Amino acid sequence: MQVERDPRPLSQLEPNSESSLLLPGRLHGLNSQAERLAGSMFLWPAVLALLFLSIFPLIVSLYVSLTRFRIAIGGYDLTFIGLENYHKLLFGREQTHFLGLFAPSTLIHWLIFGLVVVALLVYLGRYLQEGAVSFGGLLGRLLMVAGLGACAWMLIHTLGPDGRPGTLTVTLVYVFVGIFFQYLLGLGLAMLVVQRLPGRRFFRVVFLLPMMITPVGVAYMFRMVTDTGRGPFAPLWQAAGLAAFSWVNDPWGARAAILIADIWQWTPFMFIVLVAALESQSQDPIEAAIVDGANSWQLFRYITWPAILPVSMTLILIRLIEAFKILDLPNVMTNGGPGTATESLTLQAFINWRSLDLGVSAAVAYMLLFAVTFFSLVFVNLIRQRAVEKF
Amino acid sequence: MNRLFQHKSIHAPSPIGMALSYLVLGIWTVIVLLPLYWLVVTSLKIPIQVHEGPFYIPFVDFQPSLHAWDYVLLGDLSRDTLRTYINTVIVAPISALLALLLGTAAAYALVRFDYRPRLGAIVSFIGCVVLMIVAVILGVPWQIAVVAGLAVFIIILITIGRRFKRALGNDDIAFWMISQRMLPPIAVVIPIYVLFQRLNLLDTQLALIITYVAINLPIVIWLMRDYFRTIPIELEECAAIDGASRYRTFWSIVLPLAVPGLVATFLFVLVFTWNEYLLALFLSGAKAQTLPYVISSQNATRGPQWWYMSVLILIMIIPVIAMAIALERYIARGLLVGAIKG
Repeated sequence: MQVERDPRPLSQLEPNSESSLLLPGRLHGLNSQAERLAGSMFLWPAVLALLFLSIFPLIVSLYVSLTRFRIAIGGYDLTFIGLENYHKLLFGREQTHFLGLFAPSTLIHWLIFGLVVVALLVYLGRYLQEGAVSFGGLLGRLLMVAGLGACAWMLIHTLGPDGRPGTLTVTLVYVFVGIFFQYLLGLGLAMLVVQRLPGRRFFRVVFLLPMMITPVGVAYMFRMVTDTGRGPFAPLWQAAGLAAFSWVNDPWGARAAILIADIWQWTPFMFIVLVAALESQSQDPIEAAIVDGANSWQLFRYITWPAILPVSMTLILIRLIEAFKILDLPNVMTNGGPGTATESLTLQAFINWRSLDLGVSAAVAYMLLFAVTFFSLVFVNLIRQRAVEKF
Repeated sequence: MNRLFQHKSIHAPSPIGMALSYLVLGIWTVIVLLPLYWLVVTSLKIPIQVHEGPFYIPFVDFQPSLHAWDYVLLGDLSRDTLRTYINTVIVAPISALLALLLGTAAAYALVRFDYRPRLGAIVSFIGCVVLMIVAVILGVPWQIAVVAGLAVFIIILITIGRRFKRALGNDDIAFWMISQRMLPPIAVVIPIYVLFQRLNLLDTQLALIITYVAINLPIVIWLMRDYFRTIPIELEECAAIDGASRYRTFWSIVLPLAVPGLVATFLFVLVFTWNEYLLALFLSGAKAQTLPYVISSQNATRGPQWWYMSVLILIMIIPVIAMAIALERYIARGLLVGAIKG
């Protein structure tokens, strides 16, 4: 597993144009000059645009995360303080904010953690048994197991009754719970819409709507709709005897509200891509299976599911990358509250930015970058490859 | 090719299945439309009607008023609305189109050409950028630093760089591009701010366009790369044998075949740029603000002005929806991509 493959500028691109399409010698004079440059002409503009706004900011941000920022007379003042910002987040006074409050370990914690460790060890053992062990492969897998183990330890201790989740845990909850429901709903709706139903084009356009609204707008809209006193569901809340209950002041209530808004907004993305995937399926195996008397569950499990699996994996990866950056919903709906219960990593960086604590802000952003990279790589190496290989 | 565009369903549903399907689809339609309906209703209420509890149907349980629409479109806010609307209308489509242009070319190149960027060159390039930044922080004027950095880079390239032969491939380039999406905007916003400040581009539409092009390029490249892989290479080979240049092949043969993919990708990118808030907040002041900023600024000292917000959100989504309806038939087709490639 290669952690940190970026940033990587693409200098010295050498188009090897002979290999793919054109036979050299067909082209003469000026034309051939232009032809030889074609490979560069196509790729370089995009590379330059990316370089311009990625390499430079990335390095500057890294530097800022290693400094303390202060407003000084006539401008500002950056003092280099090494890894202190990161130390603060992981072990220092921001620890409960970032990682959360760890409950004291009890038997139950150890039991669950033991199960996770056993599962990870079984995974490692299988790899060793397969025989094809390489140094890089082993190192990558060890890092992955260590990272997942640490992550499990954190989740077990902060999500339990005595713990309090920090921004990292909260973000992971948003990402994984959100994607789980978005995918399930998107798949279910896509399966229904590809049937030969009259009026399915109407559903298709309507189901796309939530994605079209600006996230800030969605956040304010959900603040209106989820209002227990004046929102459209107020009579329901009253009937249920919850009129005085305010989800904003309940940690899990607030998280649930944000998750619902997130699921509402991003299910369409899953939906439309899955519709496309389902419609491009080859019909022959399905017809053959129907002739052989397969029921609809078997049809789905053995024909449709393998066919849409690769797209699903790509789709989940895209959402994984995007979902880690959730900001507008918690910022507008709860402003991270109650306390820091709904604060995501990006919101933590944003709040630090607003209070001009740029060093910590950049450090949080870098931790987020590490987290996204780690989980994307784990997803690609552990789940995606396996799922695609299996079928 | 034909297989791609055929419109097929899994199987014809039975009557009971059909009823159930409509039930579920209907429920989700309500879930999708209810918040939007609430926006419409709220936009027709006067403040007291919003505060005094839920009223559902205009004329039945409350008397609608167009005061919010009037305020946003004709009254005090109309200048802000118009200004930001024009900014959004300029920035979003232009940056989406530019991203599509650059990204499509790059995606095509990554599918049809072989690149072998050398590792040594890349490492020395990063080294030079780091040196440049350190120099600027230490007080060297940035123009001198850039020139000196480039000079050092070229010298290294000519002398030492040639010895390291290890090279990367197309997939590495693609992964690098995609990884640019993993960076949270908040991490890059400070340097980008400083960058545009130095270039005197702060608070201009150009700054927003450049930024949006860069952040949306990876998505375009990714989606279009998958799409180009589904286009058979034989057509291009025929064109080459007939003497068409690569540019001409790309323009008159590949692009027309890729229209569904282009349209779908364009729509995605347009939606992202149209709705982008965080970067616009940092990079624009009074002149280049876009619409999402006006929405959030309605949450002022007097508390959220729900009625104005509703109007603004509504006028903001209307053009996108119109486009989505017009282009709907392309969207599903244009995304067929991954399904074939895997």
